[in-house]
Amino acid sequence: MTPLHCYLLLSALLFAIGLAGALTRRNAIIVLIGIELMLNAANLNFIAFWRYGPNPQALTGVMFVIFSIGVAAAEAAVGLALIISIYRHCRTTNLDEVDSMKG
Amino acid sequence: MDWIVQWLWLIPVLPLVAAALGAVVKQRQRRLAAFLAISSMALALTLSCVAFVNALQHSGQGSVVRQTVDFFWFQFGDTQMSDTALRLGWVLDPLAAVMLVMVSLVGLLIFIYSLGYMAHDENFARFFCFLSLFASAMLGLVIANSLLLLFICWEIVGLTSYLLIGFWYHKPSAAAAAKKAFITTRLGDLALLLGIVWLYSQTGTLLFYDGGHGCLEQSALAKLVAQTTGLGMGVSTGIGLLIFCGAIGKSGQVPLHVWLPDAMEGPTPVSALIHAATMVAAGVFLVARVYPLMAAHPVGGAAVPGALQVVTWVGVITAVFAASIAVAQTDIKRILAYSTVSQLGFMMLGLGTGGVAVGMFHLITHAFFKALLFLGAGSVIHGCRDEQDIRRMGGLRKLMPLTFATYAVGMLALSGFPLIFSGFWSKDEILHAAHGWSTPAPFYLGCCGALLTAFYMTRQVCYVFLGESKAGVSPAAEARAAHAPQISLSVGALPPDGGQAGCLPHSPHESPPVMIIPLFVLAAFSMLLSFIGTPAWPWFQGFLSGGSTTGGLGKLLDPQVLGLMVLSSVVVFSGLGLGWWLYGRPSMRNADQPDALERFQPDIFALLKRKYYVDEIYEGSVIRFNTWGARVCDWLDFWVWNGVVQLLSLLVVGCAWLNRSFDEYVVNPGFDEGCRRLTKGGALMSRFQSGRVQTYLRIVGVALTVLVLFLIWGCTAS
Repeated sequence: MTPLHCYLLLSALLFAIGLAGALTRRNAIIVLIGIELMLNAANLNFIAFWRYGPNPQALTGVMFVIFSIGVAAAEAAVGLALIISIYRHCRTTNLDEVDSMKG
Repeated sequence: MDWIVQWLWLIPVLPLVAAALGAVVKQRQRRLAAFLAISSMALALTLSCVAFVNALQHSGQGSVVRQTVDFFWFQFGDTQMSDTALRLGWVLDPLAAVMLVMVSLVGLLIFIYSLGYMAHDENFARFFCFLSLFASAMLGLVIANSLLLLFICWEIVGLTSYLLIGFWYHKPSAAAAAKKAFITTRLGDLALLLGIVWLYSQTGTLLFYDGGHGCLEQSALAKLVAQTTGLGMGVSTGIGLLIFCGAIGKSGQVPLHVWLPDAMEGPTPVSALIHAATMVAAGVFLVARVYPLMAAHPVGGAAVPGALQVVTWVGVITAVFAASIAVAQTDIKRILAYSTVSQLGFMMLGLGTGGVAVGMFHLITHAFFKALLFLGAGSVIHGCRDEQDIRRMGGLRKLMPLTFATYAVGMLALSGFPLIFSGFWSKDEILHAAHGWSTPAPFYLGCCGALLTAFYMTRQVCYVFLGESKAGVSPAAEARAAHAPQISLSVGALPPDGGQAGCLPHSPHESPPVMIIPLFVLAAFSMLLSFIGTPAWPWFQGFLSGGSTTGGLGKLLDPQVLGLMVLSSVVVFSGLGLGWWLYGRPSMRNADQPDALERFQPDIFALLKRKYYVDEIYEGSVIRFNTWGARVCDWLDFWVWNGVVQLLSLLVVGCAWLNRSFDEYVVNPGFDEGCRRLTKGGALMSRFQSGRVQTYLRIVGVALTVLVLFLIWGCTAS
């Protein structure tokens, strides 16, 4: 069986990729994808810690992750709806140009 | 109670309504304004006659019947006590009835006359409005049963007198005369008001007759007589004298007579109505009304009450004083004005010596013949194109025969021509009363006044109506130039009336019928009235005093009565003869020819012509004192009160200055600085708010990293 740290490394990698995407890309959709990646990295951590945890019989980790995926789906829907709305308003999805909240 | 007594208030209210409506009528609607005034006056006259008939029916019962209607005006103080309520009311007694008929009849005639006299005036409607207001107040004054109501009406007639004297207010002399009349009479009114207040404080009522509780009835008079003031004078005497002061002001008695001759600046109908027939007689009427108060005296006191002594002396002095001034005047209206003052003095003399009936008889007869004289003078002035100087008239007998005939009647009545003219009987009555008085001096002075009256009236008639016309002589042209503004106002508005006036624009002409008819009515009354008060049939006296008329032709032959009649006839004839000898016999051709008396006694004539320098004395004393006082007040105002006020204001300004500088240099900059700091801080903070989502995310990321590192470091440290 693959040791736990491999999963953790994978999830850390996913998280880092997601964070890099979210911080560096200008396109709002890519940023949203980055955020989803970070979320999934966290989900992977949940599963991994559940599987290698003291009581793998109780399906706690799976339950948590299923809820988390559901919430992520809803969040993606809301996020995409926001992006569409922003696009309609500003005619762009470039986040650097959407700065009307500037103080 | 008869309906006429209940509805007596309609008599003054009708002209009041006419005045109120007249005030809102447009100046153009002349006919409507005149119709309102004259119809209301005619209605008032009708009601007055009904009231008079009613009073006649109640007379002859041995005592005077007084029918009163009183009402509450308002209540003050404790509502439980009835004597704190102010009550007004009206009274119908012979005195009021006689005055009502006289005022409304003379008023109506003068209203009609004004139609012609004021026909060319642009303020025709306003004139009738004022006249109606005057008639209303005068009628109210006559029927008042309360001294307060009487005083209210008294002040309103004073006001209308002011308005009407100053009717041609664009003439400075008229405006000055109006002010003079108003202020001079106000002096008397002040004393009258004091008298009213005193009377109210003593008796608690101002009603004249109130079923035994009025201030002129026995109980109140007894109370007043019983008390004395500081100088040993009875309270009733004191109040009577104060009330008499009001009469002095209103009736132009010495020393407050100065306003009455100046009042002739008003239109002639006004002079006739207000300043000859009715308003100036209000003072006499007031004394007659409060006669019981004047005549009240303590049982053990002097034979003649003090107040009546004063009335008598003031009256007789006025009578002679004014008559002598009239001798030297040259203005046709001014002569009549002084004659009015003099006759008012006679009325006061009659009241003082003979009682109500004697004074009132002369008041009534005088009202008719003096109104007649004034209207005749107005007709002359109207015919001569606003010429008022008798030296520039003359010969009008042929040009204005109707005016001359009526004027002659008035003149003979005023002079007291025997037997058929009313003035003879009323003046004879007064002389008779004065003859029986305690001291003989008033009688002799009265005879002297009668002589002067006959003399100056003859002089005036000789100047105006007899001799040759002097209108075309050169001084008249100068006079016209001097009167230019006045003449251009009235003559300029005149349409050319007929060819004669067109050829000879300055030729005197007879007045229109609307002016002549009132003259004839008045002339008729001036003669007819003589038969109601002769010693043979003293109906008037009986009517006023409530007794029955006892007389008979035999009374005329009573040696004392006959002697006095003969004496007064001799006085009148000598006056007439003297006047004729001096002015009628030598014909006067030149307007600048000196007066006959002036040639004879220039000093005395100058003294009389300048009216004994009374105006100058007032100018030098009262007015100078007043000016001096005003100057002192001005000085005080400027230096003392002004200084105090200035100081206070400086103090306030100083405080305000301090306050402002504190505001400007402390509060304002502090606040401004705070604001600036806040703004800067806000600007600084707003830099963080870039509006870029990724910057925020970056910060969140960095913060997360720091937090994780901190936690890890914390874990390892522990």
